[in-house]
Amino acid sequence: MDMTLLLVQLLNGLQLGVLLFLVAAGLTLVFGIMDFINLAHGVQYMLGAYLGVVFFGATGNVLLTIPLVLLGSFIIAVVLEHLVFRRLYRADHLSQVLATVGILLFVTELIEIIFGTQLYQLPVPQALDWAIPITDTLQYPVYRIAVIVVGLILAAGLWLAVARTRVGALVRAGASDAPMVAALGVDIERLFLFVFAVGGMLAGFAGLVAAPIVAVESHMGDQILILCFVVIVIGGIGSIQGAFMGALIVAMVDTLGRTFTTDIMKTILAPSAADTVGPALASMLIYLLMAVVLFWRPRGLFPAKG
Amino acid sequence: MKMGTRAGAFLGAVALAAGLVAPASANEDPVKIGFMATMSGPPGVLGKHLYDGFRLGLEKAGNEMGGRPVEVILVDDELKPDYAVTKAQELISRDQVDFVTGLIFSNILMAVFRPITESETFVIGANAGTSTIAGRRCSPYFFSVSWQNDQVHEVMGKYAADNNLERVFLLAPNYQAGRDAVSGFERHFKGEVVDTVYTPLNNLDFSAELARIASAEPDAVFTFMPGGMGVNLVKQFRQAGLADKVKFLSAFTVDEATMVATQDDALGLFGSSQWAMDLDNAANKEFFENFLAAYDYLPSHYAAQGYDAALLIASAVNAVGGDLSDKDAVREALKAADFSSVRGDFSFNTNHFPVQDFYLTQAVKNDDGQYVMSAVEKVFDDYGDVYAADCRM
Repeated sequence: MDMTLLLVQLLNGLQLGVLLFLVAAGLTLVFGIMDFINLAHGVQYMLGAYLGVVFFGATGNVLLTIPLVLLGSFIIAVVLEHLVFRRLYRADHLSQVLATVGILLFVTELIEIIFGTQLYQLPVPQALDWAIPITDTLQYPVYRIAVIVVGLILAAGLWLAVARTRVGALVRAGASDAPMVAALGVDIERLFLFVFAVGGMLAGFAGLVAAPIVAVESHMGDQILILCFVVIVIGGIGSIQGAFMGALIVAMVDTLGRTFTTDIMKTILAPSAADTVGPALASMLIYLLMAVVLFWRPRGLFPAKG
Repeated sequence: MKMGTRAGAFLGAVALAAGLVAPASANEDPVKIGFMATMSGPPGVLGKHLYDGFRLGLEKAGNEMGGRPVEVILVDDELKPDYAVTKAQELISRDQVDFVTGLIFSNILMAVFRPITESETFVIGANAGTSTIAGRRCSPYFFSVSWQNDQVHEVMGKYAADNNLERVFLLAPNYQAGRDAVSGFERHFKGEVVDTVYTPLNNLDFSAELARIASAEPDAVFTFMPGGMGVNLVKQFRQAGLADKVKFLSAFTVDEATMVATQDDALGLFGSSQWAMDLDNAANKEFFENFLAAYDYLPSHYAAQGYDAALLIASAVNAVGGDLSDKDAVREALKAADFSSVRGDFSFNTNHFPVQDFYLTQAVKNDDGQYVMSAVEKVFDDYGDVYAADCRM
């Protein structure tokens, strides 16, 4: 096997992993603490990218765009929580799914009405718009390395905040037994709102950093949301550690699977059969993994302690 | 399913009969055209281009055909084949349209093809051109004003063969059209296919595939990545530093619709098309200027096809003097293709698909700072598709 190719694919897996983690972190906390299934979480990711397009278009300055997008995502999350989600915490899962899918469709359509169906783009910041040569033809974009570094810093920060701070302790307690935390005199609604808004902000930030890599369009959140549900099922619902490990596992399996499955198949099948089976198997791998995890560890690999 | 088509045929026959009994009032009755395309969701932008081009074509025809006014019924197929079939049946039986046009995606075309053609309503395909419809299952009621899918991919294979590109890496989405793209490319290509990689449909991130391309060091990459997938691929191809080292050959990947998002990242990349904004003919100049003035954005080949679809229908209805009751006469009038296509030479093959020229196109920034596809060289002259031989009408 080509070692440089493997190295580059590991970097690619890591980069996809941190992006998935940023979206999955909010999803898993909201699901774990509030027992709330939020299918509209991908919308926050999509809106982050659109906010990036709008604010960068208005200011032309990356360093101004980032805080504006964070603030915008925070506000959107708070507004959504107040208007809709607050009423659904005690509802059953079916009602939550229906209502949040409704939000998803509504916001997606609203964005299409405002921005049209065309694709938008956000340029790579100039300082990061170069690539590190690895071999003669193989280069690795610096922007992706920056995404990895920022993502890892945020993951570490989030872990410290949950594991070492007072709010973090409340969040963990909430994930274990929310009614008991409320009974001890903690304003659980404020805590919910805070967790929800921070989760939305992280997803918005993920959308912003993904925008220079992928096309900005109103459905960009849908696919990432599905991956994130796989992440939190594998990682264990309600756990930041689980979301991080789950994101890395899903991203690595997906990236490496797409690269090497067809090659591996070619060693046991005829080339034309391998060309058919390989790609199909590669896109199934993460779901197979999820099925295996659900069978052996139904609560995920790193469940929140409860 | 069987029941559905039979019911459709029956309703179509009723519609036809209703049309036959009322020729006297033909002059006040509008010519009804059902325009079915994907207007919503991410591919909705393609439908918008096609429809805007079509409307401009109607305007060019004076919004009347054969002395009759024109009524267009716009239907969004939502890219759902089952929904499209229901809507197509409504067009045939309730609205009693004379023509159905639009049809961006192959799977939609395949779904509505039989119900509409069996009702003896003319279908003017303005985009999708699947091989079965061009070959074994061709219909006297279907005309394509775009291309047969393979042709566009063959252009790239021919170009690669003619320019001694020895080693080519193929990249396509893992569905039927992706596999057709690969076989279309390979038809004229004589060199070595280094590797063929199929990605999941709606792939977000091509980093894994780009790393493979870089380590394979091919002379060129050929890809078919329509819509948002193409945007992602082009941006990431550039970011990975491959654009300066590996020739980028593509079909339906780089066009005026996607360059809104890719901008500079697409510059210099190659595409394949039957039309480009800078094709030097009077019809094209007029189309381009009027389109920009009317809609304030740059037309893509989808818009050009929509425009031609309207002109083709108008030419046929005018030729029969607005009397659409004699289907054979209408068919002959359509087959004559008596209109000035924005792509220049245009005639119909025996299977009702175009015989036309194909160009190598390249993404450039013109003097006005607009991102456009420019025709670099003609690859095929008066080129028909390989399936025409299988078509017996």
